Amino acid sequence: MSEQTANSISSPAKSVPSKRYQQWRLMKDSLARYSVVVGGLGVIVAIVLIFFYLLYVVLPLFESAKASPIAEYDLPEKNAGKTLLLEAEEQNEVAVRFTDSGNINFFALASGKLLLNQKINVPDGVRISSFAQGSPINQGAVAYGLSDGKVIILKHQYKVTYPNNSRQITPSVAYPLGEQALVIDDSGAALEKLAVRVEPDSTTIAAKSGNKIHLVNFAKEQALFADEATTNRTAVTLDVTADGIAELLIDKEGRELYLLNNEGLLSAYDISDKSSPKLKHEQKVVEAGQTITSMAFLNGDLSLLIGDSAGRVSQWTQAKNELNQLSFKKIRSFNISTQAIVAIKAEQRRKGFLVVDAGGNVSLHHSTAERELIKQQVGAATPVAALISPRANRFLLETGDGKLHAWNIENEHPEVSFKSLWQKVWYESYPKPDYIWQSSSASNDFEPKYSLTPLVFGTLKAAFYAMSFALPLALMGAIYTAYFMAPPMRQIVKPAIELMGALPTVILGFLAGLWLAPFVEKNLAGLFLSLFLLPVSVMLFALFWQYLPKKYQQKVPEGWEAIVLIPFIICVAWFTFAISPALESFLFSGSMRDWFNRELGIGYDQRNALIVGIAMGFAVIPTIFSIAEDAIFSVPKHLTVGSLALGATTWQTMTKVVLLTASPGIFSAVMIGLGRAVGETMIVLMATGNTPVMDFSVFQGLRTLAANVAVEMPESEVDSTHYRVLFLTALVLFLFTFVVNTLAEVIRQRLREKYSSL
Amino acid sequence: MIAKWFKTGSPWIWLNAAAVSACLIMIIGVLGLILVRGIGHFWPTEVVRFSYQEEGGQAKTIFGEIIDSSDTPAAIAKMSGFKMADDEDVLLQYQIKTGNRDVTGADFRWLQARNIQQQSLPEDIMVIERREWGNFYGQLVAVKENGAMIASGGQAWPVAQTKIDEALSIYGEINHLEKKEVGAINYRLEQLRLKQKSLELKNKLDETAKSVIEAEKTQLKKDYEQYQTQLRALYQKIRGGSLVAKTDGAAEIEIPLAKVVRIYQPNKMNLFEKMGHYGKKFAEFLAEDPREANTEGGIFPAIFGTIMMVLIMSVIVTPFGVIAAVYLREYAQQGFTTRLIRIAVNNLAGVPSVVYGVFGLGFFVYILGGHIDRLFYPESAPAPVFGTPGLLWASITLALLTLPVVIVATEEGLSRIPKSIREGSLALGATKFETLWNTVLPMASPAIMTGLILAVARAAGEVAPLMLVGVVKLAPTLPLDGNVPFIHLDRKFMHLGFHIYDVGFQSPNVEAARPLVYATALLLVLVIIGLNLTAIVIRNNLREKYRALEG
Repeated sequence: MSEQTANSISSPAKSVPSKRYQQWRLMKDSLARYSVVVGGLGVIVAIVLIFFYLLYVVLPLFESAKASPIAEYDLPEKNAGKTLLLEAEEQNEVAVRFTDSGNINFFALASGKLLLNQKINVPDGVRISSFAQGSPINQGAVAYGLSDGKVIILKHQYKVTYPNNSRQITPSVAYPLGEQALVIDDSGAALEKLAVRVEPDSTTIAAKSGNKIHLVNFAKEQALFADEATTNRTAVTLDVTADGIAELLIDKEGRELYLLNNEGLLSAYDISDKSSPKLKHEQKVVEAGQTITSMAFLNGDLSLLIGDSAGRVSQWTQAKNELNQLSFKKIRSFNISTQAIVAIKAEQRRKGFLVVDAGGNVSLHHSTAERELIKQQVGAATPVAALISPRANRFLLETGDGKLHAWNIENEHPEVSFKSLWQKVWYESYPKPDYIWQSSSASNDFEPKYSLTPLVFGTLKAAFYAMSFALPLALMGAIYTAYFMAPPMRQIVKPAIELMGALPTVILGFLAGLWLAPFVEKNLAGLFLSLFLLPVSVMLFALFWQYLPKKYQQKVPEGWEAIVLIPFIICVAWFTFAISPALESFLFSGSMRDWFNRELGIGYDQRNALIVGIAMGFAVIPTIFSIAEDAIFSVPKHLTVGSLALGATTWQTMTKVVLLTASPGIFSAVMIGLGRAVGETMIVLMATGNTPVMDFSVFQGLRTLAANVAVEMPESEVDSTHYRVLFLTALVLFLFTFVVNTLAEVIRQRLREKYSSL
Repeated sequence: MIAKWFKTGSPWIWLNAAAVSACLIMIIGVLGLILVRGIGHFWPTEVVRFSYQEEGGQAKTIFGEIIDSSDTPAAIAKMSGFKMADDEDVLLQYQIKTGNRDVTGADFRWLQARNIQQQSLPEDIMVIERREWGNFYGQLVAVKENGAMIASGGQAWPVAQTKIDEALSIYGEINHLEKKEVGAINYRLEQLRLKQKSLELKNKLDETAKSVIEAEKTQLKKDYEQYQTQLRALYQKIRGGSLVAKTDGAAEIEIPLAKVVRIYQPNKMNLFEKMGHYGKKFAEFLAEDPREANTEGGIFPAIFGTIMMVLIMSVIVTPFGVIAAVYLREYAQQGFTTRLIRIAVNNLAGVPSVVYGVFGLGFFVYILGGHIDRLFYPESAPAPVFGTPGLLWASITLALLTLPVVIVATEEGLSRIPKSIREGSLALGATKFETLWNTVLPMASPAIMTGLILAVARAAGEVAPLMLVGVVKLAPTLPLDGNVPFIHLDRKFMHLGFHIYDVGFQSPNVEAARPLVYATALLLVLVIIGLNLTAIVIRNNLREKYRALEG
């Protein structure tokens, strides 16, 4: 070192450094200064970046939907009859109009240019008397009911080709069951109402003709060795008078038939056996004085949307009632307008739907989130028909003046609303509103359930049990270590407990899940007994210690009590667990776990909140201990000495002087511990069953926000609603810990200043 | 009397002391538990032969290792459907590892102690560790080669040993050829395909380029054919031999040598042989690839992946952490900004690690990685290169996560350097940067080291963020291999902590995997405690040194 100094002194003497060298040095210096400043501020940038990035991903969730007109044009083939149905294909390029004269007009959605005009083959003297849509758009079947009791089923199809690297979509019409009309009503009466479900190998048709409801099924049967498939026709008549039946619907599985009559009586038939339909139940679904003007399935066909003349749309689903019978439940209703509902069009991938009222108002809603996303007056004349595209990004409205209005919709995340995230929601097929987190399933028409309440509840529950385990141990430990413990012992104990904090949480979680959980399950009584017995026995031990002859007492100098207690506590704990089985047999006639279940109806999960509490408590203890110990230890000595000099006992000094002075530091220790408990992932992931239930019971599992992110994030699709909701939970975690940590840090900085001024 | 005693506060002090004792007991207990369970895994356990008679059944012979036992009080046992005699207080049960999953369908079973008629340790029971279906327990009957018996009875054992050694060396060769040589060819073929596509995208794919690529391809394919022939020959050789063994149910089954990892007769081994076995198993654990969905074999890829990740992370986190600490201590005016930075540092330390994972996945992987792919790797679209979780992103994410650790430790080191040293340097005419570079930082280097060690310890044990940004349960290739450019930062990797989670909780056969998880946990704990203790020692030495300097 001294040599170096000598060198640096001698060098300027040898050769006067050139001016350039001096400049170079200064430049280096200022360069270093700038880069260090940038690097230092980079820390702030990092935390801000994390926050804003999370926010950037989350924000689109709360953007409102937008609709903008893109085109308005005259109806193609205006004279081809009244519109029965409008449809569009996947890419929004080609739309199709089915008319009551049997015309099928394919036209360009953007311009209205006619692409293809087809007409179904209706015999002379027969007219089209009814119409029904037969299956979701990707199969595209529709059915025409004729006045001679027959039905024609056809499909509209779109072939996508890429000549010259540009997409070309060619529409066409096909007849899956042959071009010949199929007989539904043998008597030849006109089919007034029609419902149809077309599947690849089975077609079910329900039709009203006269006062009868016919149910006909055509099942394709492929004989084992024959090339030709034979079609089996099953036909029955429903045991009900069809007078006044206004609507017929068959669900997508072909298992249920819904009939709605003019009085608003909705009946559900089980038609899974096509030869013997059974009435399941029926119920009135409309209020007095109103009539039903429109009815449609919501995507998934589990609930019905019923629009009435008063401008209200209500959603009905089948669920078990109190008597455990299936019945229709009105799970929510939307007051959409004051005018009658003209059309309800459900989205094909989500639980949204488009509603058109008689005043020409088009509105877009989401059922689960109970949101009105868009409300827009479209066109001047009364609306006739509407379509919402398969990807729900366009809608088309036909108005009475023969015009078509095409609109663009931007509506990425309709599923999210304050209510759907935080409040009870009545989901389809559920008997009552509930908080449920169930984000994904294999099927496309699944209703995602994004209630964060059970996750937040689970997080707080886990944190609560962890803190109730950790706080007493950590704080009492900190008090003893900082104030009463002999310094040589403290030098070992403090790093040892801090080392406990360095243990990877994955190991704690693994031990909790695979070792502690089965252990506790077997020794439940022992655990509860030790909670009570350990403090009491320590007190007794202390009492007994007092009366010990001085000779033995002095063997353990003051500040080393903890060492003596280690074997004692081990013995007591061993004792409690040893008598635990006997105790359980004696007190609970078997196991305590079964007793809880039998007598109190409390179920027991092996991996439950108790296990998480202990394991996560273990992980949190070092954090709280370390900070609280620092705070207590750095209380200025003259305060304690002064208190002792005035005659206070050490314990009085502790509670009245030291703890009060250090209380802000202890508070910040608790806050930081809480932050850690809330954000801990691996322990809860491994030590609980990860079921998002809301149950206060200590014997039930839970799922926390952090564990939920870890479980579901890798599988969620980028930029989907699920992905963004998971980012939202990450943001909630971030904000929570940010507030807690900032608070704790500010308090600690204050405290440090206070100590240094004392 | 008692009230007076309470007034002195002495009982409360004892209670507080008890809290410390409880914490210490818990730490020692946890470490002890991991130690005991982890260490025992490799020791060859004796295989017991039970003569077991269930009520009303025939006496059966069962071979197996005693894994665990359980006492069930009579009342509970009755409730679970066991018949208990009036004078029986407890039902003693043993958990036995019986292996032979291919024969019996399960690895473990519980035996009731009262039904065990007889128990012995026959010396001729052998354990076969297999590549599929777990362990086999039974007696060796004969060794076959190409269907013909070549040894039986007493000679079978030594012959089997030599045959297995032969088979193992062939297996090693096959493994080398398949993984290294054929793997390299596949890698180069893929590179060629990408090269061709990249040229195509740039419209530079002319005939000469095409023919060059074609020529290389043909060469590679020729090499590939050659290796295939070699492999076929080796497979021919290894498939010939098999062991014939008798199970506890006296059924004779044939186990092909190609599926055997090792055989041993634990009951015959003396202490030294057992120690040798232990050593071999331990070496296998550290150096070999996992088998059977990670539940058997080694954890080498996990160790390797952890080390790679931690190294790259260190390279990233050290400069940033040190610069931030230097700014806080040496450059910044103590005031609002430094307070803000300290709050930011504390927040970085307090943000749940899974949030870092989310951030890493969204920002690094999808945004940064996605852009890198679009700019530099258009030829491999739609397959992502950096736009998918991988080693680089995991390292950067963890660097961000451990940044506060390095900052805090470095700052502490800087704050302990006496002012006089800086002032001396400045007085001699050095610029601030020179002072920093030549005196302050060298003196603080042990503190930086401490911070880095703590960061490494933290990163080695962190799992939650890694699950999102690049760790997988089984990586087919290591991130470092013989193919240019040697380090593959885009690859996914395995990690010790995740290995524990995955094998302990996601594996199809948790019971069988448990010992391995304990062993892995022990390794991880030892590494982390070792790192932490090193850091503590360095820090303490440093404190002493500066105290001396100041004095």
